[in-house]
Amino acid sequence: MTSSHNATCEDRRPDHVGGEGPNPPQAPVKGESLGREAWRRLRHNHAAMASLIVLALMTLICVVGPWLLPWGLAEVDWNAFGVAPTLEGFHLLGTDANGRDLLTRTLYGGRISLSVALVATLVSLVIGVLYGAIAGYMGGRVDNLMMRFVDIMYSLPFMFLVILLMVVLGRNILLIYAAIGAVEWLDMARIVRGQTLSLKRREFIEASHALGVKDRTIVVRHLIPNSIGPVIIYVTLTVPKVILLESFLSFLGLGVQEPLTSWGVLISEGTSNMQGAPWMLIVPASFLAVTLFCLNFLGDGLRDALDPRTR
Amino acid sequence: MLNYIAKRLAMAVPTLLIVITVSFFLMRVAPGGPFDGERQLPPEIEANLMAAYHLDEPLWMQYLRYMGNLVQGDFGPSFKYKDFSVTELIMQGFPVSLELGALAIALALLLGIPMGVMAALRRNSALDYSLMGVALGGIAVPNFVIAPLMALFFGVILGWLPVGGWNGGALPNLVLPVIALAIQQIAYIARMMRASMIEVLGSHFIRTARAKGLSEREVILRHALRPAMLPVLSYLGPAIAGIITGSVVIEQIFGLPGIGRYFVQGALNRDYTLVMGTVVFYGVLIVLMNLIVDLLYSLFDPQIRYDDD
Amino acid sequence: MSNTLLEVDNLQVDFELPTGTVSAVKGVSFTIAENETLALVGESGSGKSVTSTALMRLLPEMAKVSGAIRFDGENLVEVSHSRIRKLRGNDISMIFQEPMTSLNPLHRIGRQITEVLKKHRHMDSGAARSRALELLAQVGIPEPEKRIASYPHELSGGQRQRVMIAMALACEPRLLIADEPTTALDVTVQAQILDLLADLQKRYGMAILFITHDLGLVRQFAERVCVMRQGELVESGTTAEVFANPRHDYTRMLLDAEPSGRKAAVADSAPLLLQAGDVHVRFTTKRRLFGKDEKFEAVRGISLDVRRGQTVGIVGESGSGKSTLGRALLRLLKSEGQLRFEDTDISGFDKSQMRPLRSRMQVVFQDPFGSLSPRLTVGEIISEGLRVHFPELNRREREQRVIESLQEVALDPLMRKRYPHEFSGGQRQRIAIARALVLKPDFLLLDEPTSALDRSVQMTVIKLLRDLQQKYDLTYLFISHDLAVVRALADTVLVMKEGQIVEQGSAEEIFAHPRKTYTKTLLEAAFLNDDRAA
Repeated sequence: MTSSHNATCEDRRPDHVGGEGPNPPQAPVKGESLGREAWRRLRHNHAAMASLIVLALMTLICVVGPWLLPWGLAEVDWNAFGVAPTLEGFHLLGTDANGRDLLTRTLYGGRISLSVALVATLVSLVIGVLYGAIAGYMGGRVDNLMMRFVDIMYSLPFMFLVILLMVVLGRNILLIYAAIGAVEWLDMARIVRGQTLSLKRREFIEASHALGVKDRTIVVRHLIPNSIGPVIIYVTLTVPKVILLESFLSFLGLGVQEPLTSWGVLISEGTSNMQGAPWMLIVPASFLAVTLFCLNFLGDGLRDALDPRTR
Repeated sequence: MLNYIAKRLAMAVPTLLIVITVSFFLMRVAPGGPFDGERQLPPEIEANLMAAYHLDEPLWMQYLRYMGNLVQGDFGPSFKYKDFSVTELIMQGFPVSLELGALAIALALLLGIPMGVMAALRRNSALDYSLMGVALGGIAVPNFVIAPLMALFFGVILGWLPVGGWNGGALPNLVLPVIALAIQQIAYIARMMRASMIEVLGSHFIRTARAKGLSEREVILRHALRPAMLPVLSYLGPAIAGIITGSVVIEQIFGLPGIGRYFVQGALNRDYTLVMGTVVFYGVLIVLMNLIVDLLYSLFDPQIRYDDD
Repeated sequence: MSNTLLEVDNLQVDFELPTGTVSAVKGVSFTIAENETLALVGESGSGKSVTSTALMRLLPEMAKVSGAIRFDGENLVEVSHSRIRKLRGNDISMIFQEPMTSLNPLHRIGRQITEVLKKHRHMDSGAARSRALELLAQVGIPEPEKRIASYPHELSGGQRQRVMIAMALACEPRLLIADEPTTALDVTVQAQILDLLADLQKRYGMAILFITHDLGLVRQFAERVCVMRQGELVESGTTAEVFANPRHDYTRMLLDAEPSGRKAAVADSAPLLLQAGDVHVRFTTKRRLFGKDEKFEAVRGISLDVRRGQTVGIVGESGSGKSTLGRALLRLLKSEGQLRFEDTDISGFDKSQMRPLRSRMQVVFQDPFGSLSPRLTVGEIISEGLRVHFPELNRREREQRVIESLQEVALDPLMRKRYPHEFSGGQRQRIAIARALVLKPDFLLLDEPTSALDRSVQMTVIKLLRDLQQKYDLTYLFISHDLAVVRALADTVLVMKEGQIVEQGSAEEIFAHPRKTYTKTLLEAAFLNDDRAA
């Protein structure tokens, strides 16, 4: 165990040849931090960067778009019921069966879907990080109990409890935020706990203890910055899951209520009208699919950038 | 082993208790009663109805009664399907859901694993990129989008397959729902399989196998495949849960008479006993499935032993 | 000697990386005769493992191999895939450095051995099984009948390496490539494995290409030696020749890199710095939700005194509890028993009580890759302790101290702006030393500080530690499994096994006249008994 310094592995990494000379290769005096290095790697990943740009644009048009378009969310164009995309009346992506402008509704729906993503992810992030960090840092019996609880939660048919909740308590956007956040924190807690546990055993944490550094400082200076990578990766994977969950609930008719709408609601409406008015399905479905695609690409890119070994 | 199974089942009891209790009390705090929606009933009839369903008893007694019945496999009467008990409805729907789910899992494994292996063996090739692009699509596009699109394309436009209906489980009626249900899991399994295959192929014991003079085929089939499948195996639990959840929308979209559809109908009609019965049933199913998957895992990996703790 | 078995002629291996082509092996030539043992020696990055892997054509595809590798006249660089597969495991076998991961974890060891026999010898199951049993017995696995059905995780590291050897020898190869076969093992096990290899070589009459970084093993084991450095062969010759008369500077440096020098004992009158009485450390190995936890006692009643200016060496194999003891002495771990630092009884001290003392007792860990926080600059890492213990310093003064300490460990002060991952192992270890030194401690716990480093780098770190000790009158507790390093640095030695002290005394005495059998075994295994002057 003790002398397991892996000469083979060193040999196989010829880019490190000669790193141990008396004169190490001269590098700029300003060092490159891991974060900056990761950002550099991410910038070289075209798919991820394109996704980042598309996502930024998507957010922008969902936030700003509805103000620029001539139609309101529930505004009915009495001259255009269920028309295909047309310039007439400025229904760029057509109208629904009730004569409401589909682009306008899709952008409003996007606001809801994205805000759910944001809030629910934040909820899961806060709960998960706190729970996981506490369990990991305390260790021992506390950790054991806390993780048994997570195990039990894991084996619950959560989706169905959420649906039950929506059925019983009525459809309410705040409830959706909370419910989805409450479902998704489990994975985050596990990841953060694992990270904390393994970091705790690392020698640099031990060295800080040996220096007499206070626990709080260790958490802030060492534990949190070093577990941020996996957390970021996981957040980018949570966002699409959350969007999916919300649209799933909406699709079942359990999500946001009229007059509000979301992509899931629109897709559900589109499904029932797809034979006569396929654009009603295709438009919101494409918005959702593009967003989810980009989020997944970005997540993959971030994982590769932050954890280059997995490439 | 038996000891372990007993322990796991014992651990499942609190889980199921939580599910049942939470569902039960959620149902009761809901505003209004199950008979509100219909036309105003005369008070004496409503009182009779309440008594018939034991809704006039104190809450804790109702809870105990429900638990008592549950132990005997009785989920109580459905509020909307007046002639059926919830148990009957579930038992009617279960064979349909089971067939769909089992086929979807089988399809996911049969397609996902080879896709992942091929992508890993041809790493960074055009094949790899296209397979993984497809997989990413399967993850990004939700099944409730894919399902109607497939129905539109293969059912309406091409007219090859029926758009919906069960038809006694005839093959053409199964194709679209099973594919729609499996797509996401195929994608997940393919990605997972690729990643773990790449990791295994880089491991020391694969180098040993090559150093023994085995052919690349023997190396992969004999040495790499089984260890690479371990992560997929442990993903089976969540995959089954995902398929069960997915079946809810898929059955709805294709109009299939499975449990999922009863669940949605029940939810929309506020048929509380039906919804709750389904939730409890799903809970038991998921817990059991997780146990079976874990036991399978121990058969696969000699390093895992379930003889203690 | 006899006929040439393998002839490597102008071997060149280039890795084509996205960042450009890197040559790992640059025109290396050597030969191995039948029945001969040739050692290929070099430090990390020398290309020795790439060379051996190239012989079996096991390199990844991005490696481009040119030159010739003639095995029995056949050029292995050019032969077909099916031909090389016929040779692998049959005429040429290989054992690897990593016994823990080189066996398939999901297959029983019997199956892994019979697989080769079925493949190359076309044996049926029965014949293969009896041959496997025979092999297991030959490599010294007890109860082969029972063990043949074991999975790798049920065996110890040494046993797994024996299984690897059994597998490699199954088809009676003519050439065995042993790539650092004992590096991951404890010294006593290491000696057994090498004896076994030598023994089997005689029985089977095969040639061995022995790849190692450890010159001590070479002298013991090989007839001829080739020294590699940065992809080039710098020297070759018979072992006796090379050791007696190294021609190349690098070889001389490697030979000198075997740490030399001794430390004079400290007078008995020197004041006591650290005292430990009957120290016990218990770990909870398995926590149960209810009922009793399972405990494991890593340190079982150890007492020791450390006087100012002393270097106390603690030696032992992995699992002996030596690192645990070190951490317990600094109260980085909970322990039972008496602990005293100078005049202060620190036995029950908690974190905040220990804090004022921390600047006086510091630690340097083994892993130069794990002991520096990857997200802080070197300057931030070194100044972390200053913020705790010298809060009165302003930013400029802190920076000044960091610069001084970096100069002290012979690093460019400009390096303080850079991040740990930009440094090599030896440099990182210097940073770790600077982090401890900046607090001006009296006592330094050195937990295997040189074990992860190449010999040549080791030597410079040892020299640094020695100089610093003299300059600042430091007291060291030096934990190591490496007896050569301990002999060079320590004046007092404790030998530990299974959490207890086996033997203790002055370094001179222990190395010259070990009293306990275990100490003798350790010393013999480390090949220190043959005097280096000879």
